[in-house]
Amino acid sequence: MTTMAPDTGSYEAVFDAAVAADERIEPRDWMPDAYRASLVRQIAQHAHSEIIGMQPEANWITRAPSLRRKAILMAKVQDEAGHGLYLYSAAETLGTSRDELLDKLHSGRQKYSSIFNYPTLTWADVGAIGWLVDGAAITNQVPLCRCSYGPYARAMVRVCKEESFHQRQGYELLLTLSRGTEAQHAMAQDAVDRWWWPSLMMFGPPDGESAHSAQSMAWKIKRHSNDELRQRFVDICVPQAESLGLTLPDPDLRWNEERGHHDFGPIDWAEFHEVLRGNGPCNDQRITRRRQAHEDGAWVREAAAAYAGKHRDTQGEAGA
Amino acid sequence: MKQAPTPVPPAAGAVPTAAALALGDDALVLSHRLAEWAGNAPVLEEEVALTNIALDLLGQARFLLSLAGDEDELAYLREERAFRNVQLVEQPNGDFAHTIARQLFFSTYQELLFGQLAAGDGPFAPLAGKAVKEVAYHRDHAEHWTLRLGDGTEESHRRTQTALDALWRYTGELFEPVEGLEVDVTALRDGWLTLITKTVRQATLELPTGPQAGAWTAGAGRQGLHTEPFGRMLAEMQHLHRSHPGASW
Repeated sequence: MTTMAPDTGSYEAVFDAAVAADERIEPRDWMPDAYRASLVRQIAQHAHSEIIGMQPEANWITRAPSLRRKAILMAKVQDEAGHGLYLYSAAETLGTSRDELLDKLHSGRQKYSSIFNYPTLTWADVGAIGWLVDGAAITNQVPLCRCSYGPYARAMVRVCKEESFHQRQGYELLLTLSRGTEAQHAMAQDAVDRWWWPSLMMFGPPDGESAHSAQSMAWKIKRHSNDELRQRFVDICVPQAESLGLTLPDPDLRWNEERGHHDFGPIDWAEFHEVLRGNGPCNDQRITRRRQAHEDGAWVREAAAAYAGKHRDTQGEAGA
Repeated sequence: MKQAPTPVPPAAGAVPTAAALALGDDALVLSHRLAEWAGNAPVLEEEVALTNIALDLLGQARFLLSLAGDEDELAYLREERAFRNVQLVEQPNGDFAHTIARQLFFSTYQELLFGQLAAGDGPFAPLAGKAVKEVAYHRDHAEHWTLRLGDGTEESHRRTQTALDALWRYTGELFEPVEGLEVDVTALRDGWLTLITKTVRQATLELPTGPQAGAWTAGAGRQGLHTEPFGRMLAEMQHLHRSHPGASW
């Protein structure tokens, strides 16, 4: 919490000037309370998405069809845990602890990306998540590397590097399936059919209806509008789908010479809002599993804390 | 496509297949069990650590199985009775204390084993030289958690003692001779017992007193006799691969 000093006005002027000059705001700098709250909300949601996002993919680790694919998928899920760690750390620089944020996730007071409320039904879904979901995430996240808040921007540089590897492995996985047996090709097409529209929803509601967009853009937390990023993503995916030999499930999808972009069909925002409200296929499952893991681990965390308390003077190396 | 990572494999014909399978299966199966923790670990740092260990083991498995044949054919198309891993590594994860006790027993064994192999000039020396460094971290991780859990709370102490006692009966098999593996089994067993005793005592726990093998389990895993949960583990692991005969992934 920032205290209101008598000369808040001049602090605010310094802050505004720094943002206007594209300088980074650092943890010890003065910042408006609403800027801090907005960042905590966004970083927490991102961190929660990383750790909830481990579930649909971990769902296939034990069934991965080759040892090479298994190693790649394990490394990817591990990266996601690592991203969760950096992001919770970035939120800590704003004065909010990981425990506090996890508590908000578990009690439903903070959200994670709705895309993870869809199930991974076949092995090809691992590829579709990499290609489309991670692809959409990168489109959203690359501009965040220039976000006005320093620790978040720096965390995003590393996250984006790894996400780009994830996206490529997803594409390559789908390509292998698409060029494989008839059953494998059908599996790939089915996965793309199911993940395409939810991926477009990942950019959030249309610009006119987005609750936090305008202020976030002014603060340079956000750099592009939802619709701009969605369009960029569609334009990137269309030629990639062709190279994959797969179709995108949108009869209205076509190149618009005049706009220099692809036109695409209407998004089912009713579905988006339903999933957001908790009525997606896996909302309960994901959060129940997360809570269960946390509760099951309580005795382990208590043991680590008790041990660290007993041995505080004698050793640091075995501390939790 | 299917190349396992690094070190340089020994010349063809120089590899004792039975030993490559035994060590490769240990690593493959334990890696699989550890990977089952993904998304379920007690703390985020352990998601990273357990997966790290699982990935090291999978790397070892791929290298070793590739010495014996095609890694995917061996992993996905063998029946339960053809696997040569020790029963310890196939034991279900149980609670975190069981997983840590299994890690403590196995990684201590593996570090000593690879230490011996790395010091020799046999066909496994190049792999062992690289893997011994990874395994030293696995052992360190398991030891630190054994200390925290043993000397943590009353509940963690009780759970960890239960886990050590339950898994103790699978530890004897680690010291059964393996065909083609030139190791000093007595030194291995003595070194292992010394290290385990030290860690267990430091963790304020008791060294289990029961037998280190059941009525017919001494060396059973190495002969293809496994425990019931292993068949279900393989069913899950092999199902997709087997459903698409001849497909590439």
